[in-house]
Amino acid sequence: MKAKAITLNVNGRRHQVTLFPNVTLLEALRDLNYTDVKNGCEKGDCGACAVELNGRIINSCLVLAWQADGARILTNAGLGTMESPHPLQEAFADAGAVQCGYCTSGMIIAAKALLDENPNPSETEIREAISGNLCRCTGYSQIINAVQMTAEKMMQQKAQE
Amino acid sequence: MTAKGKALPRLDLPPLRQVGRPLRRVDALGKAVGTTVYAGDFTMPDMLHAKVFRSSEPSAHIKQLNVNKARALPGVACVLTADDLPDGKLITDMPGQTGQERRKESDAPVLAARGVRFVGEPIALVAAETLAIAEQALKLIEIEYEVLPGVFDPLEAIKPGAPIIHKPDNIVASWKIRKGNAEAGLAAADLIVENTFRVPFIDHAYIEPEAGVAWMDDQDVINIRVCTQVVEHFRSIAQAVGVPHNKVHVRGTMIGGGFGGKEDITVEIFLALLTKETRRPVRLAYTREESILAHSKRHPFIITHRTGVKNNGRITGAKINMISDSGAYPYLSPYVLLYATVTSCGPYRIDNLTVDSVSVATNNPFASAFRGFGGAQAAVAYEQQMDEMAKALAMDPLELRKINYLKTGDFNAIGQQIKSAIWLEEEATQALAALGKKESVSDDAIKIGQGFATTMQSYGRIMWFHDTSRSWVGIEQDGTIVVRCGAPDLGAGQANSLCLIAAEVLGVSLTDVTFYNSDSAVTPLAGTTTATRQLYMSGNATLKAAKMVREVLLDRAAQHFREKPNNLDLADNKVFIKSDPQQWLSLADLSKMCAVDGLKLQHLALFAAPFADKLNPENLQGDIFPDFTFSAHAIEVAVDTKTGEITVLKSVGCHDVGRAINPIAVEGQIQGGSAQGIGYALMEEVQVRDGVTRTPSLSEFLIPTAKDLPTTRAIILESGTGVGPFGAKGIGEPALTPAAPAVANAVANAIGVRIHNLPLTPERVLAALDRAKRG
Repeated sequence: MKAKAITLNVNGRRHQVTLFPNVTLLEALRDLNYTDVKNGCEKGDCGACAVELNGRIINSCLVLAWQADGARILTNAGLGTMESPHPLQEAFADAGAVQCGYCTSGMIIAAKALLDENPNPSETEIREAISGNLCRCTGYSQIINAVQMTAEKMMQQKAQE
Repeated sequence: MTAKGKALPRLDLPPLRQVGRPLRRVDALGKAVGTTVYAGDFTMPDMLHAKVFRSSEPSAHIKQLNVNKARALPGVACVLTADDLPDGKLITDMPGQTGQERRKESDAPVLAARGVRFVGEPIALVAAETLAIAEQALKLIEIEYEVLPGVFDPLEAIKPGAPIIHKPDNIVASWKIRKGNAEAGLAAADLIVENTFRVPFIDHAYIEPEAGVAWMDDQDVINIRVCTQVVEHFRSIAQAVGVPHNKVHVRGTMIGGGFGGKEDITVEIFLALLTKETRRPVRLAYTREESILAHSKRHPFIITHRTGVKNNGRITGAKINMISDSGAYPYLSPYVLLYATVTSCGPYRIDNLTVDSVSVATNNPFASAFRGFGGAQAAVAYEQQMDEMAKALAMDPLELRKINYLKTGDFNAIGQQIKSAIWLEEEATQALAALGKKESVSDDAIKIGQGFATTMQSYGRIMWFHDTSRSWVGIEQDGTIVVRCGAPDLGAGQANSLCLIAAEVLGVSLTDVTFYNSDSAVTPLAGTTTATRQLYMSGNATLKAAKMVREVLLDRAAQHFREKPNNLDLADNKVFIKSDPQQWLSLADLSKMCAVDGLKLQHLALFAAPFADKLNPENLQGDIFPDFTFSAHAIEVAVDTKTGEITVLKSVGCHDVGRAINPIAVEGQIQGGSAQGIGYALMEEVQVRDGVTRTPSLSEFLIPTAKDLPTTRAIILESGTGVGPFGAKGIGEPALTPAAPAVANAVANAIGVRIHNLPLTPERVLAALDRAKRG
């Protein structure tokens, strides 16, 4: 098969790229310098490459770039910046949820996907939601704390609005 | 189990303003927003992509290797084999450090020349314009093996007639402890308990596979940007590549997890060779499968304890035998075995002790450093043995331990006096108390059990290594602080601790400190991030350098205020008179004054650990480690006797860390370390059959997910008696060590029968229950 021109909308930016059909979304994103999307296994085992595709969490190593043609893609770096971090990013930094940081971007995407659906999750629901994302440093507890802290903060903010 | 502890001695820790507070780590936000750049994220203009051609045979002679077709493939820039190399050895040892005569020719070759000794051994390197071309070139490499008999079991490998991996025999290291009279000790016992325990190969399974990029610059320096625990490998890399030491520059990145697996050289020499050959930048990143095949493993051990004990619980003597599988090349096996040997009998006073340990070469994947470094394997054995003895004596496991615990001032197995606090009894008591009562279940098939383990794990390197670290601290003219220290940061907060120490001493907030680290040429060399040594070593070096800067600042301020320096203090970015804090000067103004006077505002400090002579490997009596961390972990499990499935219900780690520099980070170490320990106990095993790794992915080599663990409650005790800064002890490795034996003891408590081999899989649980039923 030949290469085809596709459009990837990543973090609000449009990229026109010409790719062969066997290129994964993970490879395409990293080639576009979205290096917050991490390559940990390329088999869907670790979750380090998790991104949102049209609002749904996926492992970008298991999706072909062609399948994402025209779709909205959100990576962790698209959620916030050093100057203006997303509440999850802030909570991860404060709760000790970040150690080596390699799983963090995928983990935050998984946490965001959960909170979008369920703004007040139980510990069990958080564990379920991040169970596709491996972390070898933290034992997950501080990650769970960070998600709980964020949920509380976001609910308080909503109540005030 | 009883839970009654003694009161701890009162401590007089100096008041600190920032150390001990749960502050956000300096590296946390960059990682949280995805800005931190890791080794695999770098690209360069005109960059080539590398791949490694590896052995598919565990033991074979290479009859023929033909890379001509690969070289001829359009887009291939270069293919290298052993023929193209200077005498390339992958040296993982510093000269003469083992304390034993090193085996000649046992170091791994960079590329195999005549034969291969394990599946995954590197044979050829390819660099090409694209990764796809490099992968295609690998398929064009032609190799013909003459398969040789291999040996895959260390017990087989020490038998006469076994295939020899490195001449003259397969024993690559051995250590002995001879203390008192073990025979007489055993003879004096009322009861002798003997057990053999086994632990498997484990992969570090950091989420970041090994990666790097290298290039040559206009001074002919080979620059290597890589995730490594040891930037000081630049010397070994230079030697292997055949250039002077000062022509290799290792620029370490933030590391996506190390745990010992990035302690040995991984991609560095390959990158250096390819960039030197092509004069172009080269990138090499391992896939997960390649990572599992190519890097070291935690050593499997077979450990036998024969322990004599009086009816009153006092241990009279012990004989311990340890065999570790070093795999195809020794790497750090001699040291791992040494750590295991030194802690083989645990934190107990045993006056009559014999330990015989050997590390044995096989055609399995090579084993080397892994968090715990032999101490973790030793603990799995000695803490299960303690519980088995308690069972045989019908004694409470904590009571038995209390009778035998080392106390501060006692001499351990190698006759080294322990000068720091030993709070094992308190730790075990607190951990068990936090565990609380066993949960009750209505289902008869579910058995609930509790267990604990208490362990000792060294921090800091072996004293005959003569370990040193350097750190540089400076104040800028606006009062902000710079720390430069070569210490690599694995993600455990190494850099943050150094920043926090400088902030504390110089009276600025943590956000006023910027750090530069992990660079073999431009940051002062700080040694390896291994052996739980960076807080101790580089923390002390940073403390020393920061104090030197502080002294200059206070002396200059003393002139200004016409006060004695002792009457002044630094806090909140100011210098002030202690008795009259309204009289102050900003650090920015003070540092400008110092600059006007030409004073030295940047200081480089060296911290040297206490040095000692090598110990005699035939008896190992003397001082060997700067200090130890003593720890307890308690676990409650539910075992489903119908399926064999084990669920960890509760987990508590209690550690005397001396002083918690950053309590959130300490809690993170305890929770993360114990997660690895629980994984070790329950599910982790790199399965190797006839030298072939059967679990080369994270869906086959299983590590705990968020659903496999409860929250480990971290109880942090602070004796202030460590040799680190502000009385800190190390926690990186100690966090892991007690968790696995605690799980094993809890499972034995639940089902009433001991399973001697890790991991405690459902199959093993069911088999053990079946054995017990059949009597």
